[in-house]
Amino acid sequence: MSDVVDQGRRRLLTAATALTGAVGAVFAAAPFLASWKPNARAKALGAPIEIDISKLEPGAMLKVEWRGKPVWIVRRTPEMLHQLARATPFLLDPGSEASVQPAFAKNDARALKPEFLVVLGVCTHLGCSPLPKFEAPDVTVSADWPGGFYCPCHGSKFDLSGRVFKGVPAPSNLTVPPYAFLSEGRILVGSDSTQSA
Amino acid sequence: MAKDGYGTTPAPGLWGWINARFPLESMLKEHITEYYAPKNFNYWYLFGSLSLVVLVLQLVTGIFLTMSYKPNAAEAFASVEYIMRDVEWGWLIRYLHSTGASAFFIVVYLHMFRALMYGSYRAPRELLWLFGMVIYVCLIAEAFLGYLLPWGNMSYWGAQVIVSLFGTVPVIGESLAEWIKGDYFISDITLNRFFALHVAAIPLVLVFLVVAHILALHQVGSNNPDGIEIKKTKDARGIPLDGVPFHPYMTVKDTFGLGVFLLLFCGIVFFAPTMNGYFLEAPNFEQANPMQTPPHIAPVWYFTPFYAMLRAVPSYFGTQVWGVIVMFAALMLPFFLPWLDRSPVKSIRYKGWISKLALAVFALSFVVLGYCGMKPPVGNLPLVSRVFTALYFAFFVLMPWYSRIDGVKPVPERVTYHAH
Repeated sequence: MSDVVDQGRRRLLTAATALTGAVGAVFAAAPFLASWKPNARAKALGAPIEIDISKLEPGAMLKVEWRGKPVWIVRRTPEMLHQLARATPFLLDPGSEASVQPAFAKNDARALKPEFLVVLGVCTHLGCSPLPKFEAPDVTVSADWPGGFYCPCHGSKFDLSGRVFKGVPAPSNLTVPPYAFLSEGRILVGSDSTQSA
Repeated sequence: MAKDGYGTTPAPGLWGWINARFPLESMLKEHITEYYAPKNFNYWYLFGSLSLVVLVLQLVTGIFLTMSYKPNAAEAFASVEYIMRDVEWGWLIRYLHSTGASAFFIVVYLHMFRALMYGSYRAPRELLWLFGMVIYVCLIAEAFLGYLLPWGNMSYWGAQVIVSLFGTVPVIGESLAEWIKGDYFISDITLNRFFALHVAAIPLVLVFLVVAHILALHQVGSNNPDGIEIKKTKDARGIPLDGVPFHPYMTVKDTFGLGVFLLLFCGIVFFAPTMNGYFLEAPNFEQANPMQTPPHIAPVWYFTPFYAMLRAVPSYFGTQVWGVIVMFAALMLPFFLPWLDRSPVKSIRYKGWISKLALAVFALSFVVLGYCGMKPPVGNLPLVSRVFTALYFAFFVLMPWYSRIDGVKPVPERVTYHAH
């Protein structure tokens, strides 16, 4: 045994111990961080839901809750579908290029069947729930209002397909959730496959 | 320095017995009876001790509220009404806590404005300022988390808006927001964890930071309205000539200030606890409803300047993250003040007209933005918000330039003081 302290060796051992400890701390933190993720019960409650739309009148809107968010189902009249073209010049993303929807809804009606609009009633700005303003014109929104949805929180506007207007805070169209028609009068929201119901 | 000679010959009796085992006497001397505060402190210097009093008030009333509150989406709203109606003096404890939240921000904003006026963030007090800023950020988090707990409709939608801010982060945003909520929406799970953070985690951090803030203050010594260092001129015993012991001089003064504060505070608690919707918002007397947004969402007044900045920025390139960036930048910029201010003097008393104008415009911007953030974004309010957001940023961003070219007045050797 030498009385001389090997400083190099001491530094190496200190560094190695500190590094191992740091790696251990990261691994020990993982379970705590992961405990914040949606748990098994939250996931089960967030499963797809079936909705009966057979009694929905033309021009009427049905609000159901899925994952705590309002899902809107609007049975559009031919006049309402006609208004979509009128709204197009005001829109930011008429082709739904930068918006979230299943591939089947990337069209002007943003729907599987143009008659039925299925969208999340959640403003793409900061999550408020816009109000239906189907009448056109409507002076409470604007004089040339073609009909659609108006968000009372920050003034975002959407047309009757949930497409966002230019110059409002919301950056994209209302989100279309995955859905499928189980039969003529029943739809499944939360999954676009009829098998998983 | 201040510890010289303490504890070497313990006094007899219980006092001596304690001090041989715990540095009680030397701590009291270092931080209270022999901590020398500048004798030219004015009333702006009340707000530090008032913040401490409000912190204690919030801790005590908060602990008593947890004894009757249920952190559960099914029962939370009803349990608050139960506190208000059935618990003996429950209404008082709750109104003290809800009014205390607003009072906390009032005294902290005045405390911070004092630091801006007299350059209290300048060297050697940079770390003191940084601790203070972290306390402010924790206070914002604490207030936001606490606001969800009554589970009213404004609680719910306010939380919805703020958590959505994290959802705007590119790529990871969506899962980040889900991770914070622990669910696909603000639910019982979210309420439960916000409760844990509000009553345990953040208060612990706050208390630790307040201790660090005071220790840092006592290490460097207090600034004063003249912005000069009293430690530069000491007497033969090493005591600053312009310093007076914190106790009894400042404790008496702070107690008087506390009396005035409590008169106003109790007036609000007893006669106007909702402060006409500014301290407690009307939609929050209705239970949380995920399907029904209140017609107009506005945060409580102390967040509205930042909220106005968030709304002032429109979305570009298909994302609204820009408003979020502007809002967080507005919160982060004050951290850099010690290094942005290049003036040769600290106090506004000896700065030139540019700095005085800049500070006035900054204070005005904060108030105007606070107003804009409360109102629906219609008419010319979005434009007003944009102009004052720009002015708010200009105060910080242009400071290295205007603080250097601005004229200064000669700074006295000793503090300005007129005996009463």
